[in-house]
Amino acid sequence: MNWLRLLLISVLLSFHSQSFAAIETYQFDSVEQEEAYKELIFELRCLVCQNQNLADSNAELAQDLRQQVYEMLTKQNASKDEIVDYMVARYGEFVMYKPPVEPNTYLLWVGPFLFLLIGLWILIRIIRSNQQNNELDK
Amino acid sequence: MKKQSMPLIIFGALVIVLAIGLTLDPKDVPSPLIGKPASEFSLPELYTQEPFSPTQLKGEAWILNIWASWCVSCRQEHEVLVEFSEKYPTKIVGLNYKDTPEEAKAWLKQFGNPYQITVEDQQGRAGIDWGVYGVPETFVIDKKGIIRHKFTGPMTRKRVNDELKPLLAQIDKEPS
Repeated sequence: MNWLRLLLISVLLSFHSQSFAAIETYQFDSVEQEEAYKELIFELRCLVCQNQNLADSNAELAQDLRQQVYEMLTKQNASKDEIVDYMVARYGEFVMYKPPVEPNTYLLWVGPFLFLLIGLWILIRIIRSNQQNNELDK
Repeated sequence: MKKQSMPLIIFGALVIVLAIGLTLDPKDVPSPLIGKPASEFSLPELYTQEPFSPTQLKGEAWILNIWASWCVSCRQEHEVLVEFSEKYPTKIVGLNYKDTPEEAKAWLKQFGNPYQITVEDQQGRAGIDWGVYGVPETFVIDKKGIIRHKFTGPMTRKRVNDELKPLLAQIDKEPS
């Protein structure tokens, strides 16, 4: 039993240190700047661990990109759009965690609703044919 | 008959779509930098500490290889690069990404040095400017300083023969 407790403690401890690794201390000049920083690291994708954004990722590239976002905001006074443009120019549109609504992403945005409509249409047809069958039976 | 085969048809269509999805490589993000002028940087050369920047190579085609001593697949591609550099005159610039000069030098001593110039990017700043998200990456730059191609992941003999050599031959014919 003792070794089990030891194992549990060591597992919990490892979580502890991991959760701390992601915290960086950045000083901002204004609240708006900090807000913009937080929004940006949520909107930009970490290219290494592709299904995470910069805020969630602990990859070295994500750390570097967070640093880059921070410096552009504080030192160059760049706007949010300017930073997103900067990233897109280098990493492509894929860097945006939320894809923009553009002709080549219409299917992506409209697709789910399209499937919903098709499903509804099939459902209605099945219900109607069942009703007809029932009436015929009578 | 038609009604009964419907689920099978839908299932078949789904299998085809998912099978196509499996053959795509999500790591292969198309670079928006292709067709754009190469990003400028000024970084110290590994051995001489003299600053190097891409404009110095204007007028000739060259290759930028991003590597690091901590990168496992760089080791895998390295012998391909060494082999290429022995046979072809095209300059290969090595961008030593987030590494220490000592380890970089030791690595080149051990595995051979295919680079005419090796530059240190300890902070990874030039890397960000070139849209680097994984090492190794290899860019081909033409005589006008335009990025023509990007290889993500390790170079292989097949990539060199099928893609790199034809591209360099094509660039060679273009006016400088």
